[in-house]
Amino acid sequence: MELDPDDVFRDDDDDPENEALRQRASSKELVVYLVDASPKMFSTKCPSEDQKDESHFQISISCILESWKTQIINRSYNEVAVCFFNTREKKNLQDLNSVFVFNVADREFLDRPTAKFIKELSRLEEFFVKEIGSQHGIVSGSRENSLYNALWVAQALLRKGSAKTADKRILIFTDEDDPFGNIKGGAKADMTRTTLQRVKDAQDLGISIELLPLSQLDREFNVSLFYADLIGLQGEDLAQFVPAAGERMEDMKYQLRKRMFKKRIVRKLTFSVANGVSIEVHTYAFIRPTVLGSITWLDSVTNQPIKIERSFICADTGALMQEPPKHFQTYKNQNVKFSVEELSEIKRVSTGQLRLLGFKPLSCLKDYHNLRPSTFIFPSDEEVIGSTRIFIALHRSMIRLNRFAVAFYGTSSHSQLVALVAQEEIIDSGGQVEPPGMHMICLPYSDDIRHAEELHSGTNAAIPRANEDQIKKAAALIKRIDLKDFSVYQFANPGLQRHYAILQALALEEDDLPEIKDETVPDEEGLARPGVVKAIEEFKLSVYGDKYDESDNAGHKKVSEASKKRKALADGAVQKSAQYNWDALADSGKLKDLTVVELKFYLSAHDLPVSGKKEDLVKRILTHMGK
Amino acid sequence: MEVGGYEHVVVLQNIKVVDGDLVETLKKIPRGTLPGDFLDAIVVGMDMLIKKYSSTNKGKKRLCLITNGLSPIKDPYEGSKEDQVNAIAQQMTSHGMKLESVVVRESVVLDENVSVMEENDRILNLFPKRTCAKMVFVESSTSLLGALKTRSISPVTIFRGDLEISPKLKIKVWVYKKTSEEKFPTLKKYSDKAPSTDKFASHEVKVDFEYKSVEDANKVVPPEQRIKGYQYGPQVVPISADEWDAVKFKPEKSVKVLGFTDSSNIMRHHYMKDVNIFIADPGDQNAILAVSALARAMKEMHKVAILRCVWRQGQGNVVVGALTPNVSDNDHVPDSFYFNVLPFAEDVREFQFPSFSNLPASLLPDEEQQEAADNFVKMLDLAPSDKEEMLQPDFTPNPVLERFYNYLELKSKHPDAAVPPLDKTLKRITEPDPELLAKKKSAIDSLLRHFEVKQNPKLKKSMKRMREKPSGSDEEDNYRRITSKNKVDLIENGVKVEKIGDLTPVQDFELMMSRRDNPEWINRAITEMKNKIHDLIEDSIEGDNYPKALDLLVALRKGCILEQEPKQFNDFLHQLCKFCLEHDLRSFCDFLASKGITLISKTEAVDSDVTEEEARNYLVKREAKPE
Repeated sequence: MELDPDDVFRDDDDDPENEALRQRASSKELVVYLVDASPKMFSTKCPSEDQKDESHFQISISCILESWKTQIINRSYNEVAVCFFNTREKKNLQDLNSVFVFNVADREFLDRPTAKFIKELSRLEEFFVKEIGSQHGIVSGSRENSLYNALWVAQALLRKGSAKTADKRILIFTDEDDPFGNIKGGAKADMTRTTLQRVKDAQDLGISIELLPLSQLDREFNVSLFYADLIGLQGEDLAQFVPAAGERMEDMKYQLRKRMFKKRIVRKLTFSVANGVSIEVHTYAFIRPTVLGSITWLDSVTNQPIKIERSFICADTGALMQEPPKHFQTYKNQNVKFSVEELSEIKRVSTGQLRLLGFKPLSCLKDYHNLRPSTFIFPSDEEVIGSTRIFIALHRSMIRLNRFAVAFYGTSSHSQLVALVAQEEIIDSGGQVEPPGMHMICLPYSDDIRHAEELHSGTNAAIPRANEDQIKKAAALIKRIDLKDFSVYQFANPGLQRHYAILQALALEEDDLPEIKDETVPDEEGLARPGVVKAIEEFKLSVYGDKYDESDNAGHKKVSEASKKRKALADGAVQKSAQYNWDALADSGKLKDLTVVELKFYLSAHDLPVSGKKEDLVKRILTHMGK
Repeated sequence: MEVGGYEHVVVLQNIKVVDGDLVETLKKIPRGTLPGDFLDAIVVGMDMLIKKYSSTNKGKKRLCLITNGLSPIKDPYEGSKEDQVNAIAQQMTSHGMKLESVVVRESVVLDENVSVMEENDRILNLFPKRTCAKMVFVESSTSLLGALKTRSISPVTIFRGDLEISPKLKIKVWVYKKTSEEKFPTLKKYSDKAPSTDKFASHEVKVDFEYKSVEDANKVVPPEQRIKGYQYGPQVVPISADEWDAVKFKPEKSVKVLGFTDSSNIMRHHYMKDVNIFIADPGDQNAILAVSALARAMKEMHKVAILRCVWRQGQGNVVVGALTPNVSDNDHVPDSFYFNVLPFAEDVREFQFPSFSNLPASLLPDEEQQEAADNFVKMLDLAPSDKEEMLQPDFTPNPVLERFYNYLELKSKHPDAAVPPLDKTLKRITEPDPELLAKKKSAIDSLLRHFEVKQNPKLKKSMKRMREKPSGSDEEDNYRRITSKNKVDLIENGVKVEKIGDLTPVQDFELMMSRRDNPEWINRAITEMKNKIHDLIEDSIEGDNYPKALDLLVALRKGCILEQEPKQFNDFLHQLCKFCLEHDLRSFCDFLASKGITLISKTEAVDSDVTEEEARNYLVKREAKPE
């Protein structure tokens, strides 16, 4: 990370570093993926997207891989283990048959996924038969129960970490809906019972067990045969389960690569309402621009991390010094000095709380009254009882009266005039779209507002305004190019998605870069529809008359005129420049005796920049002559 | 200097670069005794600009008229007032001058003045119609401060090119920043290493960065040998800038409309950043019309346009945002659009919050409470229909910047001055307006009567953060802040002085005065000091305490100047002399006079109403009087 020389004065608000730090402490998931490796998983082929047939086993593995790749990008601290059952070889701490825990060197069985781990798993096919092998683990006559063993191994792996801070899960991928189907009589009942008991023990330890069933083409996975009991399905859920599980597989694969954020309070604030009555509110960062992951500087020779050392050097004496305690500003030809304490005192205009100043109609909040992302406010009775009640009453009043509150929000280092806009809860079929609460919007000060629109306000003639017909044509056009259900959530950031994709490809040494679809390009096809084209043409005719193409070219003509002028100037310079013997002047060191205007002849004639001080011009000429 | 023909207009200072002297001159601005004619003033101002610059510097010449517009203007010798305005406006236009009128009206105008005011407002309003002029009304000193810009920034376009509605319809536009946060100035680091005799020392500090291997602190890595490492899972992947450039997302420079949508689809809190403004290419009349037609149609239909913008070639990302219409009501200002950046899917965090309606009744307001809240929201109105909107962002200065510049000026004269408390005018921004609170007391009281807030008793004392707690009056408030701060200070800076002791009174006093945690300390320090001095003189035997009292008095005087509290000192000195004369302690007055103690004059502290001469003569006169 680049060091910010002005670190002392940095705004501590919304510090991304800080956020990441706090997130680390939040809970994580520990997941064991139990993948059935029985011969059946390999024999059934399903047509995949790219027309190649994939076995159930391949589908399971690729689903797991995609999910991990996403998790890495999301910077989750989840730990995973993958464990095959119904295998020929065995590898597990308990030394149980038919269970193989897959891993790479330098990694615990249950650990965060690494690039190497993902890569090895993706080329599993190359060595699976040789090193792991597929073999039915449950055969009549033997007392072996591979499913039981797998669950046992998984449960043992999940002993790591406390159930309080971690969410523990076992995911089972299988296409066998009746694992003990070939066992007869009492043995079957016995195996079923012990397996279910194993599951119950795991659940008692706070481990949740989920099933991702893979259906045959001709026959749907029948959950009620065995697994309904295992995962505790009943009634309506039972019928819904298989199709829903199919969707979940898809979800796992095609999740957006996006950093996940735990809901956390940015700040606890005192909101002073009136006359010393203050309530407690919490703020949340709802919308924040996602930044690319943090960068570590490395030495490109050794690939070892490097650190940055900052030193202060006195410009007058060249002496090395400590971080200077004073800063200065030149004012009225003198250096006015400020200590760090004085500077922070200047900035401390409020005591770190939110102070209500009054209310205004919503129409007073203009579109240009914005500087940065808003912050969400929700009340809390944790410390001050009665806060929620006042907050809700004000919230309702503000919505009813179409008003927003103006408040002053100040921390010791940064303060701002803010608008508090009450937001009513919005719920759709998918759940809460907008939570109820207030959004704190940073208002600009007069210092922050510019008046560019007045810049070209003609002093002479009035500015032209559109007439009724032109407005009508514009309205027709707008109606034609309508985005009906536009939602701000609909676009993924193409630059970011591409960044992640490249990072992943380079980390995993993949050969080809995955294509990232840019969802933000306009719908060219839709714009070419006759109705749209007609509306556009009518609007053009109304505004531009038949001169649209000319006006389009007008700009170019202007440019060409300007360049003509420039060319004429250059031509003149070439002529004038020819009158000097530049070589001789340069050799005799007499260039500096010429005037700036004269020097510029040479520069213009040779198409060099003419900016800078005389010294620079001379230097530029000499460089150009190669002297 | 009175200007010929224009009565009651005085040129205080001819045009020159702003410097310290000018600031001083302005501070001593003489108070006029007669009503003036603002048209005369404009003419005089215009004349000054023409004499100095004639017709050069077009568009950079600006007249700023500050008036209350309550004095009648004379009828011209010939023609009407309108003609006169026309003539002036024409002159201004031909010389490329701009006029900015700030009309200050702090209180409601009564009776006979109303007709004068209306007439004046009408006359002033003629200017924006005739020439490049702007007129604003302000009702408070706070708004006046905001209406005057501290720093003007020449606007730069961030994009010039086509606003592409479809490949067949492109409108030439220029894009500027509408808002941009004016940051606290970055001060240079001060080095005190240069010898004090060196008059040309720059006192600057250079900051050097060195990159060192984390493992081997002696190994310096040259900057060009560094490579960026990106986090991928637990690993860091080194990727060079060239590698990135070859594959990264490279959208073409363009600004394209994706479509139009109902403005209700965009929430106010989705705006992400500072705001841009789209203006039609000022040289393209048709583009101005096209923007005008679209803006007006969009406004009528409550639509916004969704845009995909790539401002520059080579920009690594696209921006998606909402274009909202800004229809101008000034004939000289073109219609334009505001552009606000919207979040991408990755930027939105979906946190869930409980519905207010699902909360237990104990947390919800009842009908009476709701009514009290409604009334409160209605009454605490910052934009009443009959008055100027208070705290309008366009007229609200940044209190921190104002405070910094004031302090800079103060420090340039008194290098040791402490940061003065926040100016009253600026307090109107950070705290509720006491006048408004007093006026709407019943609504506030009713709100407070209907709601109860209290500390959660279950929380342990230690859990409570040290910050202002609700309830209590302002004074209590201050006290609490002082005490709670104390604890912090004790940890930070060791012992803080809270009383002036007998051993080192001057030091104690200075320490108390410099305490920045609460402005109340200053008053407390001054009061304690006064008592100390009083006691010393009273207890003095044959003047043995006089020198000590003098020391304290000198310290008090210095402190009062620094803290801009001249009245406190001056009143005290009056009182002290009176006391001495009454109690036969005239010798002390003589002693003071001999030591050159004077009142604090205007030149030393702006707020003083004592001239330098008066100050100097004060004790001398006393001396002379009894004889």
